[in-house]
Amino acid sequence: MSEAMLTVERMSAWYGAARILYDLSFEVGRGEVVALMGRNGAGKSTTMKAIMGLMAQRQGMVRFNGEDISNRKPFEIARRGLGFTPEDRRIFVDLTVMENLDVGRQPPRRFADGKPAPSWTPEQLFTLFPNLAEMPDRLGGRMSGGEQQMLTVARTLMGNPLLVLLDEPSEGVAPLIVEQMAHTIIALKQQGLSILLSEQNIHFARLVSDRVYVLEKGQIHWQGSVAQLDTNLDVQRTYLTV
Amino acid sequence: MTFSAFFFQALNGLSTASGLFFIAVGLSLIFGVSRIINIAHGSLYMLGTYIAYSFATYIGGALGFWGGIVATALIVGVIGALIEIVLLRRVYRAPELFQLLATFALVLVINDATLWIWGPEDLLGPRAPGLRGSIEVLGRQLPSYDLFLIVIGPLVLLVLHFSLARTRFGRLVRAATQDREMVSALGVNQAVLFTSVFALGAALAGFGGALQVAREPANLATDLVAIGDAFVVVVVGGMGSITGAYLAAVIIAEVKAVCIGIGVVDFGFMTVNFSKLTLVAEFLVMAVVLIVRPYGLLGRPQAFVRSIAEPEDPIRAAMPALKALGAVVLVVLLCLPLLAQTSPYLLILGIDVLIAVIFATSLHFIMGPGGMHSFGHAAYFGLGAYGAALLVKWLAVPMGIALLAAPLVAFGGALLFGWFAVRLSGVYLAMLTLAFAQIVWALVFQWEALTGGSNGVIGVWPPPPFDKAWVYYLLTLVLAVVGVLLLRRFLFAPFGYAMRAGRDSVLRAEAIGIDVKRVHWLGFAIAGCVCGIAGGLFAFAKGSISPETIHVSRSIDGLVMVLLGGIQTLTGPIVGASVFATLQDTVMRQTEYWRALLGLIILLLVLAFPQGIVGAFSSLWRKSGVKS
Repeated sequence: MSEAMLTVERMSAWYGAARILYDLSFEVGRGEVVALMGRNGAGKSTTMKAIMGLMAQRQGMVRFNGEDISNRKPFEIARRGLGFTPEDRRIFVDLTVMENLDVGRQPPRRFADGKPAPSWTPEQLFTLFPNLAEMPDRLGGRMSGGEQQMLTVARTLMGNPLLVLLDEPSEGVAPLIVEQMAHTIIALKQQGLSILLSEQNIHFARLVSDRVYVLEKGQIHWQGSVAQLDTNLDVQRTYLTV
Repeated sequence: MTFSAFFFQALNGLSTASGLFFIAVGLSLIFGVSRIINIAHGSLYMLGTYIAYSFATYIGGALGFWGGIVATALIVGVIGALIEIVLLRRVYRAPELFQLLATFALVLVINDATLWIWGPEDLLGPRAPGLRGSIEVLGRQLPSYDLFLIVIGPLVLLVLHFSLARTRFGRLVRAATQDREMVSALGVNQAVLFTSVFALGAALAGFGGALQVAREPANLATDLVAIGDAFVVVVVGGMGSITGAYLAAVIIAEVKAVCIGIGVVDFGFMTVNFSKLTLVAEFLVMAVVLIVRPYGLLGRPQAFVRSIAEPEDPIRAAMPALKALGAVVLVVLLCLPLLAQTSPYLLILGIDVLIAVIFATSLHFIMGPGGMHSFGHAAYFGLGAYGAALLVKWLAVPMGIALLAAPLVAFGGALLFGWFAVRLSGVYLAMLTLAFAQIVWALVFQWEALTGGSNGVIGVWPPPPFDKAWVYYLLTLVLAVVGVLLLRRFLFAPFGYAMRAGRDSVLRAEAIGIDVKRVHWLGFAIAGCVCGIAGGLFAFAKGSISPETIHVSRSIDGLVMVLLGGIQTLTGPIVGASVFATLQDTVMRQTEYWRALLGLIILLLVLAFPQGIVGAFSSLWRKSGVKS
C-alpha cells in the first residue's frame, strides 16, 4: 500500500443513546478496493455515514487525501472528493436520469500530488452504464432497482470523486446487474479510484476487493487479504455466513 | 345574476387569485426545501405593501411606483434571507413546534416594527401610473390594473415553472425537496440553497404585497389574514406544487367572487346574503378537497419523516410529594379571598390565571399526549365564550345554563374541525387548525346581526351572588380543578394510553387494534370541550367579549404557556399558564409594543432552548451520563 487515501482512527458513533460503532480504525490506500464485511446490523452503513459526516453523534478522526475531515460538513467532505452511494440508493424520484446526474455534478479535481483525478461526463457514464443511456429522460421513480443502483453510482461519479464509499452495491439487484457492478468497480479501480465497499456477499467481495475488514457489533474483528479470508473458514462461519 | 355580471365577477376573482398565488407559492417553496412553515410569510407580504407605499409616495411617479415594486421585492427578499440566516438556521434541528413558534414570534415583531415605522393608520397608495384607466368588458368597466394583475400571476407561474424545470438551481431545489441530506452528500451547500430559496419565497411575497398597493390600503391586520388565506390555498393546492398553488388560488378566489356576485338571494322562507358567506365558502372548498384528496389537488402524500427530536418520556402519575404540594396550593388558592381583602386586584388576577390554566391544560392534552400541535385553540375558547354570551343576550338564559352550554358548543365545534384535523399531522395539522380558528374569528367578526361584529357582546354579567369577585373566583377555582382533574383522569385511563400510543407510532397502534384517528378525534373534541369552560368563564368574568378575545394571538399565548412550562410534564401547562398570565397582566400591559415584547420572549425561549426546556435539561443530563 503506497499511501493512505482514507484513514479512520478510533471512530465511534451513536444513534440517540444507542452506541453503534466502537473505536473503529482502518485504512484505504490509493487505488485500493477495500471491503467492509459483516452481517446485517454489524455497523457497515453507519461507518460510511459517519465518514461522510452524516451522523449527528460521532467521535474519532477521519483523514482523507492528506486532510483532517473529522469536523467537516457533508457537503464540504463531498467537495473534497469523497463520493457516497448509500445502500438505499436515495435516487431523486421526481427528477429524470439526466437531472439526477446534474445534481451530482462537481468540477474536476486533482489528487494531493497534483495528478488529475478521473473526471466524468454524462456521455462517458452512459458508456460505462449502457442501460442508463437508453433512458436519459426517465423519472428516477420509474426505474427498476438495478437501474437505480447504476444511477446512484453514476450520480456519485459526476462529482469526480477520488474515493467512493459504495454501500452494498449488490444488495437486492438481479444477478446480471451484480456481475455488471463488479466489472464497473474493477474498471473504476483501473482508472485510479479508491473504493470502500460494504458487502455481505463474500463472492462479490472476492471478485473486486484487495483487502477485507470484518465487522461485527460495531467492532473490527478480523482483517486481511481476500485470499486469507478465503482460506479462513472459521472467520467466515463466525462473522459472515447466516 | 346576468351572464355579464357573472363574467365580470369571475375576472375580478382572477385578479385576486394572483395576489393569493404570490404569497402561497413562496410559502410552499420554502416548506418544500426547509420543512419550515413560515407563518411570518404573511408579514413579509404586508411589509411589501408598506414598503411599496413608501416608494410610491416619497419618490412618486412611474419610477416610484413600478421601480418601487421591483425594489420592494428585492428588499423583502433580503429581509427573508436575513431571517433565514439569523434565526431559522438555528432551529432546523429543533422540533417543528419550535420552528412554528419562532416564525410566529417574527409575526409579532414585524407587526410592531411596522406599527412603529408607519403608524397605525391605513395607508392607500396612488393609482398605478400608466394603468389608471379601465377597459370595457361586456358593458362594464374593468380597471386596467386588475387586468394587469390577472396577467402577471400566470406569467410568474410560468417563469417559476421554467426555472424549476430547466435550471440547475431548480433541479437542486426539487432534489432537496425530496432528500436534503443526500443533496448535501453530493457536495451541495445546503445553507446557501436554503437561504436563496427563502429569499426567493420572501421576494415573491413582497412582490405580491407591493402589487396590492394600488388596490388596497396597507393595513396592520393584513399579515394574519394573508397567512390564513395562504394556508388554505396551500392545503387545497397541495404542499410543494406551484401549479397547485395557482389552481387553488383561482378556485378559492372564484368561489369568493361568485358569492359576492350572487349577493342577497330570497329563497322565500329565508334570505341569504351570499356576500357574507365568503369565508364559509373558503372553508367548504378546503373541506371538500381534504375529503377527496387529503394532500391537496396536485400534492402527493408526504413520505414519512422520522422526527429528529428525541422520543418523549412516558408521563408518570404524580409522586406523593407533588400531590401534597398540589393540596397545599389548593388550600392557598381557597384562602385567596381572605388575603384579597387588602388588594381586590388579586382576585381579578386569580380568575385570569385560573382561566389560563384551563385553557393551557386543555391545549396540552392534545399537544403533549396527543402529539397534535393545534395552532387554533382559541377557536374553542371563542366558541365557549360566544356560546355562553349569545345565549344570555338572545335567550336570557341563567348563568348556570350558559356555563353548561359553553363546553357543549365548543365540543361541537371541536368535533367538526377535529374530524378534518386528525386526517393530517405535523405542520399540516397546525396549519389547518390555525385556518379553522381564523374562520371562527371571521365568522364572529362578519356575522354582525348575531354576534355584534367588532363591537362584540356586552352586558354578560354574572347574577348575584356571583357578582361578588370572591364568589366568582371560587366558582372559577372549582371548575378549573374539575377540568384539570378530568383531563388527568382521561390520560391515565386506557383512552389516554391509546392516544399516546397513536402519537408515538400510528402503525404499531393500529396493528394492536387502536383506531388512531378516532381516538385522536375524540381527544381533540374533549380538549375543545374543556377549553370551552374557560371561554364561558371568561365571558362572565369580563362582562363582555369581542372578536379580539378569540384572535389568533390567544392560540399562540396558549402555545407559549405550554412550552414555557414544558410539554413533557402534566404540571407544565399549569405552571406555564400561571407564569404567563401573571406576566401578561402585569408587565406586558405596561408597553404599547407588547407584541414585540412577547415575540422577543418567544424567540429567546426558542433560541436558548431549541429542544424545549425539558429537552435541554434531559440532554444535559444525558451528556454528563455519557462522559462519566
